[in-house]
Amino acid sequence: MTISIKEKIEAANAEAFNRINAAEPVLVDIVPAGDVVPGLEDRMVLHAGPPVDWKHMSGAQQGAVMAMAMFEGWADSHGQAGQLLDRGEIKLDSNHHHHAVGPMAGTITRSLPVYVVENRTFGNRAYCRLVEDRQQFGDYSQDAIAELYNWRDAWAPALALGVRHMEGLALKPIIAKALQMGDELHNRPNAASAIFAGAMAAPMIGAGVGKDDLTSTLNYMTGHDLLFLGLSMACAKSAADAACGIEYSTVVTAMARNGKEFGIQVSGLDGQWFTAPAPEVDGLYLPGYGEGDAGLDMGDSAITETVGWGGFILAGAPSILNLVGGTPEEALAYSREMREITVGLSPDYLIPALGFQGTAVGIDIRKVVQTGILPIIDTAMAHKDPGHPIIGAGLVRAPMECFHQALRSFAARYATE
Amino acid sequence: MEKDTPINELLQKPIVAINIGVQDFAEALQDQGVRVVNVTWSPPAGGDAEMLAILEKLL
Amino acid sequence: MLTESIVLPNRYLDSVFLMRVAKRLAGEPGIIQAAVVMATPKNLQVLADAGYAGVDTLGASVNDLVVSLQAETREGARAVLDSMDDWLQRDSGPVGATMVRTLDQALNAQPASNLAVVSVPGEFAAGEARSALESGLNVFLFSDNVSIEDELSLKEMAREKGLIVMGPDCGTSIIGGAGIGFANVVRRGPIGVIGASGTGIQEVTTLVHRWGSGISHAIGIGGRDLSDAIGGISALQAIDALEADPATSVIVLLSKPPGKKTRSLIDERIAQCSKPVVTCYLGILEAQPAGNGSATYTRNLDAAASAAVKLAGGDTGADGVETQETVSTDSASVDSVSIERALLMPGQRYIRGVFAGGTLCYQAQQIIRDAGLTVRSNEPLEKGMKLEDSRRSTGHALVDMGADEFTRGYPHPMVDSSQRAERIIAEANDRQVAVLLLDIILGYSASADPAGELAPAIRQAKRLAEQRGGHLTVAASICGSPGDPQGLETQTERLRDAGAIVFSTGLKAAQFATAVVSGRDA
Repeated sequence: MTISIKEKIEAANAEAFNRINAAEPVLVDIVPAGDVVPGLEDRMVLHAGPPVDWKHMSGAQQGAVMAMAMFEGWADSHGQAGQLLDRGEIKLDSNHHHHAVGPMAGTITRSLPVYVVENRTFGNRAYCRLVEDRQQFGDYSQDAIAELYNWRDAWAPALALGVRHMEGLALKPIIAKALQMGDELHNRPNAASAIFAGAMAAPMIGAGVGKDDLTSTLNYMTGHDLLFLGLSMACAKSAADAACGIEYSTVVTAMARNGKEFGIQVSGLDGQWFTAPAPEVDGLYLPGYGEGDAGLDMGDSAITETVGWGGFILAGAPSILNLVGGTPEEALAYSREMREITVGLSPDYLIPALGFQGTAVGIDIRKVVQTGILPIIDTAMAHKDPGHPIIGAGLVRAPMECFHQALRSFAARYATE
Repeated sequence: MEKDTPINELLQKPIVAINIGVQDFAEALQDQGVRVVNVTWSPPAGGDAEMLAILEKLL
Repeated sequence: MLTESIVLPNRYLDSVFLMRVAKRLAGEPGIIQAAVVMATPKNLQVLADAGYAGVDTLGASVNDLVVSLQAETREGARAVLDSMDDWLQRDSGPVGATMVRTLDQALNAQPASNLAVVSVPGEFAAGEARSALESGLNVFLFSDNVSIEDELSLKEMAREKGLIVMGPDCGTSIIGGAGIGFANVVRRGPIGVIGASGTGIQEVTTLVHRWGSGISHAIGIGGRDLSDAIGGISALQAIDALEADPATSVIVLLSKPPGKKTRSLIDERIAQCSKPVVTCYLGILEAQPAGNGSATYTRNLDAAASAAVKLAGGDTGADGVETQETVSTDSASVDSVSIERALLMPGQRYIRGVFAGGTLCYQAQQIIRDAGLTVRSNEPLEKGMKLEDSRRSTGHALVDMGADEFTRGYPHPMVDSSQRAERIIAEANDRQVAVLLLDIILGYSASADPAGELAPAIRQAKRLAEQRGGHLTVAASICGSPGDPQGLETQTERLRDAGAIVFSTGLKAAQFATAVVSGRDA
């Protein structure tokens, strides 16, 4: 008896769903990316979203890439950096091709320390850079780059000592707790950040981190609400990567944007990108900025939605309900809507506002196309031009065209009988 | 005949409706003071014939 | 431009909330830009960089809230700042509507729901109806093109759950006074109606209203419910429900003739009913007794309505004459027939009907047939009488413009009269036409001005006949109540102004038309 293609898909999607849920992410180290990220070469900048060349890169991402060239000492000014890039002397590649993710422009180079998160269930590792509010938005000022130096020279090494001292920090419990404390782990990781800072303090002391670095690092951690986003992204990536490459699976394993294009990847179509023009973000602006300033949707942070966090569980994050118009009912409606396009509910990550039901996990491209319901993503906003810090935050839906393309390719590959 | 079947209840209690499809019907009910939630319905795959043909095979 | 700022000490609010407040402030007249932030050194620096002058000298500290406005005038800025407490209250802006896209979402929003009104395209209708039944909802299924297999499985499922499926292809129900689909504004009263067709229900419920009585409930069951394939599942459930309903004292059942097996099932059930039941099987050929136990048999909608009103203790007058509180729409006197006949030229001999209501078209065929004339239709009484081409009339012909063939891709004639208007002109171009027979249907969800939409075509049709030296009799019935949104009187006036002779029932219009052409058919 032959198994129908529909049954094969259902089985493959159940497998993808189970793998995402089975992830046991552990922070094992924080080291310069060049030491750990596979394929990250010298004079190479990894960036968020699907691959894009220098000429076609969005303004904010260009700004961030120039800043990295200055950070690495390849150029003294953004002008000089721009010339190197114009001449093709700096390679560019997508983070996702290297098991890495980065917020907004998402830029990673060899000497920038990254969080190393190991998925203990499957043994795979994922990497994410720090989260800040300037360079990753395209700001190449000295102040913006100075924060990266602090990260490289003081904060990351101090944290790394602490992590090694405790032989890794399990992140799943922190995430589960934070979800019940009003986090959605994308725009709102405040509780997780606080728990993480608390968990790191004693180990850093135990590891013998010097007083100055310790003080500086503790100040950095306790004053940084978005600290944990870098970790939640790495966790999500380690879970999503484990679900890659399952024959016949229609589950989305990555959603990422580069400010020009929105791209998705699908488990059963490993390695392929399905892209469409990046959408505009429906958002709120910080002082000094307004409509007309914003660039298009950008960042790898939609990896959090890919595993069911972020926009998918806005209902669990009361303090940012204002992103969706203000009422819990509306946020709940979004969360319920996401159940229509996913394989199932997480057994571990539970949302009080949804009656302690699990987050919706495993976006199925078939269901997205059939229902017309697009994944909802909450996000920060960058400027359309290089040289600016964060300008706001808002909501965005993935474009349908990505899902149409993916479904077309899937049918071409699998529905041949 | 049981008195408490859902049909009998429908005849005794005010209508509380969910409208799926033609929005005029929801508006007409609203005009009569009937509680109604309108479902903004769209056909599967937005009516895209190519996508529907694929979904037919895959979903 | 100037900057005005205030500090609200020890006031912590979430940054996303504050961004939203800022967005609303910036929308106030005279305010160019607004910033509402916690006074962290970093935020103050951002404000200073963004051109909010003087924020660094406010003396604000980390736990304070700073509101800074760039405004056209100081007064404008102060006015907003003085009412800051209100602005910082819970967001009072319009809540962006979250789209309800699925039945599940709708049920979450309104858990007390007891009825789903389904009018999606036929191929999707059964699926939606099934989900609704699974969720414990009764279903009003307006959609047509639902397969007979789906209809049967839906109705069996409903019966098992004690729910009812009204439809498919159900145009009208009135439940507890609320009209669903195409329904008229009628008084509540003791008469419960069960109907296989929407316009049949509309005609009978409006007549009951006009004759002074009222409707408890009117339950549509769909055109095929009484076929043997379905076996009258919904009809039997409706009889049970109306028998149990304390507000109902008389039941009316309207349908085309049921299937043979179903007919005996229904007749048996009616015989056992504790309340009187009036039936009207339109188009039926065999003779029926006037009554049998609790059953009263009638042959047309007027008779059904009249019998029901009488059984309910009302008085319809000698033959259904309207009571004083209703509006009279009949404009034909006994003389009218002879006046019209006198105006016709030799050779003008046919009735042409252009109908919006399928049941009114069907009933009119019955009237004409019973007068001994041959009448064709796209929806004929008997198969042999089918128009060869629905778009071209021959002989006496009545066209149901609401049939599938005319509505695929076009609005139903009850909603939009343009196809009917075209057909009226086409009929008027035939020099053998003597009478144009029309129906106008009012009520919820119908066209806002059906008479107004048809009036120009009626005028032009009459003119065409006159240009040939003849005359065109236009007989139109109005199905409606004085409470209908279109206004019964206004609609009547519009038709009369256009030269139509207006009747209060489809039956009377058809009888009049038949009388005008009688004896001319040779």
